[in-house]
Amino acid sequence: MRALTWHGRHDVRVDTVPDPKIVNPRDAIIKITSTAICGSDLHLYDHYIPTLKSGDVLGHEFMGEVVEVGPGNPKLKVGERVVVPFVIACGQCYFCQKQQFSACDNSNPAETADMSEVLYGYPMTGAFGYSHLTGGYAGGQAQYARVPYSDVGPIAIPDGVEDEKVLFLSDILPTGWMAAENCDIEPGDTVAVWGCGPVGLFAIQSAFVLGAERVIAIDHYPHRLNLAKFLGAQVVNFDEVNVREALVEMTGGIGPDACIDAVGMESHGFTIDNVADQVKAAVGLGTDRPHALRQVILACRKGGRVSIPGVYGGMADKFPIGALMEKGLSVKSGQTHVQKYLPKLLGMILDGKLDTTFLISHRLPLEEAPHGYKIFKEEQNDVTKVVLKP
Amino acid sequence: MSDPLQSTLHGDAPLSSAKNPDARAAATPGVVEASDTLVGRTVTINRPRHELYEFWRDFRNLPQFMREIHQIEVVDRVTSRWRVSAPAGRTVEWESLVTEERADELIAWESSSGASIRNSGRVEFHDAPAGRGTEVRATIVYDPPAGGAGKMLAKLFQKEPKIQARRDLRRFKQLMETGEISTAAAPDAAPRAD
Repeated sequence: MRALTWHGRHDVRVDTVPDPKIVNPRDAIIKITSTAICGSDLHLYDHYIPTLKSGDVLGHEFMGEVVEVGPGNPKLKVGERVVVPFVIACGQCYFCQKQQFSACDNSNPAETADMSEVLYGYPMTGAFGYSHLTGGYAGGQAQYARVPYSDVGPIAIPDGVEDEKVLFLSDILPTGWMAAENCDIEPGDTVAVWGCGPVGLFAIQSAFVLGAERVIAIDHYPHRLNLAKFLGAQVVNFDEVNVREALVEMTGGIGPDACIDAVGMESHGFTIDNVADQVKAAVGLGTDRPHALRQVILACRKGGRVSIPGVYGGMADKFPIGALMEKGLSVKSGQTHVQKYLPKLLGMILDGKLDTTFLISHRLPLEEAPHGYKIFKEEQNDVTKVVLKP
Repeated sequence: MSDPLQSTLHGDAPLSSAKNPDARAAATPGVVEASDTLVGRTVTINRPRHELYEFWRDFRNLPQFMREIHQIEVVDRVTSRWRVSAPAGRTVEWESLVTEERADELIAWESSSGASIRNSGRVEFHDAPAGRGTEVRATIVYDPPAGGAGKMLAKLFQKEPKIQARRDLRRFKQLMETGEISTAAAPDAAPRAD
């Protein structure tokens, strides 16, 4: 089959690789009909996430048709259309039973689980196409994918609903939703969202659905800010204004009640701390560039809530722990418990309460995936979401 | 306390978490020498105690999740013969004797005299807090072997015995909870470009 494979920093190629096979009884093979490039794939593209190997198949947002089902999965049927969550979860461990699917104890193979146990204290769950820290599973920017524990993850899509309406259930829609849910929104609340990429935009939309009085969106790409405005947010361009001062003034001197960092480890912005972080990352003295997160913590009101859907992988320098403690902030974060949100969010899409198609800017054949990565990285104003067709 | 492996140095932390091998040896006179490798690892498995005990007690099952063990032949209720694949196509085997067992609670073993890898250990099964299944704790003591074959096996078993134990217990948990062992091994489970 053809698949997008990683070979090094800014070096991804479409190669011919062996077709996947059923290995375990609960596996299924999916023939992929739509797949997308995620903002977090750029962290792989830029090689900010360690433990990638040359030849790895990337991609964790995909959907398609079930073409083969292992004998241990009585649920899925050949021919069904499904969206596949990026988190691989067994459904039977303590965490899965608590619906903390992205903490699944079993899906990361025993050998690769060692790495994150050393890095984070406990092993991370398995995920598709996202380095060997999360298992080294082949991803979905390909013609086919092997889906382990396929009786737990994939959700069936009714006939007649086009791919683009539901594809983002695989990651960014539930990720934006959980980011807003983690804000514990109360009536009258102002929610500030750093980063108007796909997750930030879905977090804005979700925050309104969950009852936010007002959402303030922060970015520096005019087109992305326009999309935020289209969703009903007020917008702040950090190239033009002092963000914290603007937020204080816009909220009657109180500050936003909840703040979302939808930026993650490769923050933009020409400020002293961020330039220093870039230098440190370049020479290996640091791994993550948390400029946005610092601003989030400083801007959040006393007793407010901080939600971090943006991806971080290692250590951050100059973390404002004093502001966090003295203001009494609560922080919620984590990879998304996708499986938990799927039925509800699919229902909201089918009912027309959530639209997910507005942010798709580019549709490319899989063969042009390397070009898709390049423009998603280099032309962030215009390229908001790239959908690939295998 | 009847079992020295159960003794703790200070407070309630398990012996295997001791920082100082001499202090550990002093706490377990004649059982765990300072030069021994002591590995302890606990895993919580969301299955009933009885089921886990029964699966483990049938030693023929162990190679399913202990990757380094090639085969275990059960001779009688007490004795079993363990076979590992060693480099250069060789196999090495030794006899293991059950020294203590309590149904659904404990299995303890010891290699018979003359084993090339002298080892002893125990696996305990405790109820986890309500609704969380069973805490399975394995404690293994390896004696440093002497001689050529012993040294080679030491490399195999003692280089990273902690890693071996935690991977084995993870696979045991996967198998018991999900019915399968997670894998992304290339090429079948995760096709890759060359």
